[in-house]
Amino acid sequence: MMSDILAQLGAFWADLPLIVRIVVGILTIVVPLLIGMAMLTYFERKVMAAMQLRQGPNMVGPFGLLQPFADGLKLLSKETVVPTQANAGVFFAAPMLTFLLALVAWAVIPFGEGLVLADINVGVLYLFAISSLGVYGIIMAGWASNSKYAFLGGLRAAAQMVSYEVSIGLVIITVLLCVGSLNLSKIVEAQKTVWFFIPLFPMFIIFFISALAETNRAPFDLPEGESELSGGFNVEYSSMTFALFFLGEYINMILMSGMTTVLFLGGWLPPLDIAPLNWIPGPLWFIAKITFVLFCFIWVRATLPRYRYDQLMRLGWKVFLPFSLIWVVLTSGVLVYFDLLPK
Amino acid sequence: MALLDRTARGLFLWELVKGMALTFSYMFKPRVTLNYPYERGPTSPRFRGEHALRRYPNGEERCIACKLCEAICPALAITIEAEPREDGSRRTTRYDIDMTKCIYCGLCQEACPVDAIVEGPNLEFATETREELYYNKDKLLANGDRWEAQIAANLAADAPYR
Repeated sequence: MMSDILAQLGAFWADLPLIVRIVVGILTIVVPLLIGMAMLTYFERKVMAAMQLRQGPNMVGPFGLLQPFADGLKLLSKETVVPTQANAGVFFAAPMLTFLLALVAWAVIPFGEGLVLADINVGVLYLFAISSLGVYGIIMAGWASNSKYAFLGGLRAAAQMVSYEVSIGLVIITVLLCVGSLNLSKIVEAQKTVWFFIPLFPMFIIFFISALAETNRAPFDLPEGESELSGGFNVEYSSMTFALFFLGEYINMILMSGMTTVLFLGGWLPPLDIAPLNWIPGPLWFIAKITFVLFCFIWVRATLPRYRYDQLMRLGWKVFLPFSLIWVVLTSGVLVYFDLLPK
Repeated sequence: MALLDRTARGLFLWELVKGMALTFSYMFKPRVTLNYPYERGPTSPRFRGEHALRRYPNGEERCIACKLCEAICPALAITIEAEPREDGSRRTTRYDIDMTKCIYCGLCQEACPVDAIVEGPNLEFATETREELYYNKDKLLANGDRWEAQIAANLAADAPYR
């Protein structure tokens, strides 16, 4: 009975025009993603509040759960201010680009076995390319605002993201050495025996810290630097243009958590392939792991003060880069010596 | 050895782990903030809030228009006019306090010989217009009626120290 209905549904699905199937696929990713992003801002405020012995939002809706939506409505109803000296075209393109790139990257993230919008063989490269493009949105914002704070923020962001991408790239290479494929689903399946964060623990830490820098999160939030740059690249933005930056930043956080999960925490796989754990569907495991990594993002923000700019550059170029380079060599050496290279 | 110790601590991010453990442990501690409109901190019986003009239990207003409060007010916020009432007692015809001038020093209630003008426990009297803060006698007497129970309790609690 059930299988009949499922088969009919499957046939109906296959009969739909391709464009409809693609749009439905996109919506099933984007809509939960936007809601997840709203919940993430709430989650962040609640967790930070708890760690600082405060309460956090608790007025709008039950437990303040509707607070992010109230904030969204507030931003929608505000006026979009364009500075007179700004380059209006680029000024408006920047937040759109940031938001767009944050969403586009999700096409290749596997939520479960076969549950991926575009199962391409160069998924990792695609993700890497998209996250590198993210810097353009910020540098465009910094330049087009024609304000010294925004400009400095944009420059810092560009330098920072480029620096940390180098070590992220090398970390990804170590993972790829262990997998033998650039397909994200294959990377997850390669972790059936052991999740990569155990054999590659130092790389996992480096990846996580670089992800913080890549998404401009504390303690690497210099591009925003509200204490010295009064908001950095987004000082001049208000209303929906600001909201798009905000959305982009948080969706990028979720994306980086997703990447961490796929590369190191075994994607949709349960921790142990035994009875009660493997009953839970894969996407739920995936979401649970993403939530855990996001919690770590927030936890770090609640703990650490902001890095100084020279410390940030030193950490990126003089610590992470040599360390991850050595680890690439070490990993490949071990794999070749013990004949563990994936065939 | 000290060098080795320091290097090991640096390499294993020991300080970082300690800091993270601390914030994590704080997450489960009880909050220290108050959920303000629903929870309030304690106030002293001497708290100097919104002004009120009190009455005697029989309903007669206490103020005898001696104008000591007007005289002592350092901000010149109080304006009083008085003339004898039909029964011959001395009462105010006008008793205004400009709450925008008032500095809440409490000298008016110190000066009052009959405990008529007092600063009550209320601190939530913000208004949307300036005019609403120019209190007249009716408003002050209404405040007195509204807060009398608490004002009387506060005065009784503070009496041994006066």
